[in-house]
Amino acid sequence: MLVLSGIAVVILGFALRYNPLLVVTLAGIVTGLAAGFDPLAVVAMLGKAFVANRFIAIAWLVLPVIGLLERGGIRERARALILRLRGATAGRVLIGYFLARQITSTLGLTSLGGHVQMVRPLIAPMAEAAAERDAPIDTETRDLVRANAAAVDNIALFFGEDVFIAIGSILLIRGFLDQYGISVTPTHIAMWAIPTAILALVIHTARLWLLDRRLARRKTVGE
Amino acid sequence: MIGLEAIYILAGFMFGAFAASHALDRSNPARWRSAAFWGCFALILVAGTWLSDIASGMLVLVMVVLATLGLKPGRDVTTDAVRRQASADRLRNRLFLPALAIPAVTLAGTLLLPHVRVGAMPLVDPKQVTLISLAAGALIGLTLALRLLRSHIATAAVEGRRLVDAIGWAAVLPQMLAALGGIFAAAGVGKVVAGLVTGYIPMTLPLVVVIVYTTGMALFTVIMGNAFAAFPVMTAGIGLPLIVGKFGGDPVIMSALGMLSGFCGTLLTPMAANFNIVPAAVLELRDRNAVIKVQAPTAFLLLFANTVIMALFVFPR
Repeated sequence: MLVLSGIAVVILGFALRYNPLLVVTLAGIVTGLAAGFDPLAVVAMLGKAFVANRFIAIAWLVLPVIGLLERGGIRERARALILRLRGATAGRVLIGYFLARQITSTLGLTSLGGHVQMVRPLIAPMAEAAAERDAPIDTETRDLVRANAAAVDNIALFFGEDVFIAIGSILLIRGFLDQYGISVTPTHIAMWAIPTAILALVIHTARLWLLDRRLARRKTVGE
Repeated sequence: MIGLEAIYILAGFMFGAFAASHALDRSNPARWRSAAFWGCFALILVAGTWLSDIASGMLVLVMVVLATLGLKPGRDVTTDAVRRQASADRLRNRLFLPALAIPAVTLAGTLLLPHVRVGAMPLVDPKQVTLISLAAGALIGLTLALRLLRSHIATAAVEGRRLVDAIGWAAVLPQMLAALGGIFAAAGVGKVVAGLVTGYIPMTLPLVVVIVYTTGMALFTVIMGNAFAAFPVMTAGIGLPLIVGKFGGDPVIMSALGMLSGFCGTLLTPMAANFNIVPAAVLELRDRNAVIKVQAPTAFLLLFANTVIMALFVFPR
């Protein structure tokens, strides 16, 4: 039971809005100590696990390219393109991105997206430009549109990739069931991800349509 | 053979350049704090394989202390709105080429690189093709962007630093959470949680078991920040013995929808930092939890849907 104290640290730390990096580190130390490891061993465990997960940092290699393109005006160009499309609204831009991201994910093309390389330089500026076509938007509305852009990237990815047979989660399920002597085919697992994928598309598209209505209402109130 | 080690060194040099860019910025009173933070991270990336576990752990703790004291962004040396607009009008759609080259090269590399050989050796480590292709995509995108904008590589370093400053400590949070997951596993946290769930909830009705399994997957993912960590624990603790063993459910339908229920949990938790906290930082949102708040209604509806689908189809009729 004592090893659960780390989880308590996480919940308390996030609730009290301490720096998450500090909270997570303390949770690790508390859990290690509660499990009976001595302090130096806990620090070593932390170091070893941090080094073992260095692969996560590779995604940041795109930062200089994106920074450079922003300097060159990529966000301004993305805005200009969207403003040419007369019917484009924030919700419609994001529905379009949802479809593209989910369909490519079901084909296993999960790298065709991402918050740093797609959402920040392209999708968020497009959605923002569409939202403020007629009148400037306040910071709160701008943040709402941006947060929606990030959410679309996540939801379309999560509920698209599981339809592809060679994705990590399906391989994990297969390997896990195999340990218990249950042999299954990836296609069979992927098939049962399809109903949820369709529902995700329906539910989230409807919510983006509601977002458009909400943005339109804000605009009329503003006028 | 090109393996991950080469890519770690590349990433380490990039963060080293960010640190140097901070160290040279005399206008920032907290420049040494930022320089030391990114410098420690660079050192771990470059030398992690050779450092002792204790030394790496100490470097991590130093980073945490510096982040808690507060990292301050360096001086903004980027172009102003007027010059950006002029540049956008001049370069037009060519600006998209380097950005689109990143996924295009990643994709092509993932498909082609496993077949490229130098003598008898594969050119790249076959197990790490995707990450190596992503690094290649970033490098090719950078080369294209430098030529298009006629910029110096030092400008790329400063612009990259501008972005990493906007993201701040959140950039290393996903890696720290993965480390926490490792410690949780070593301490046996998963087994204790599964024991609590199975010990206190009456598991006599098939429907109750399905609800406990799907919400348990979501809840445990919220705690661990990762559906992959929750799946083995919940499935070995509840799914296989009860849904499959006791009530004769289909293990494939159970597993597929169980995993998807876990993904609903991923949408709800700050512990899944790279999906929820990092984008809030990347998009410079004032509310760290803004992305989670937007995702929550969809996540709850889909969790409900997964539970219904599983309850309807998992048991033989």
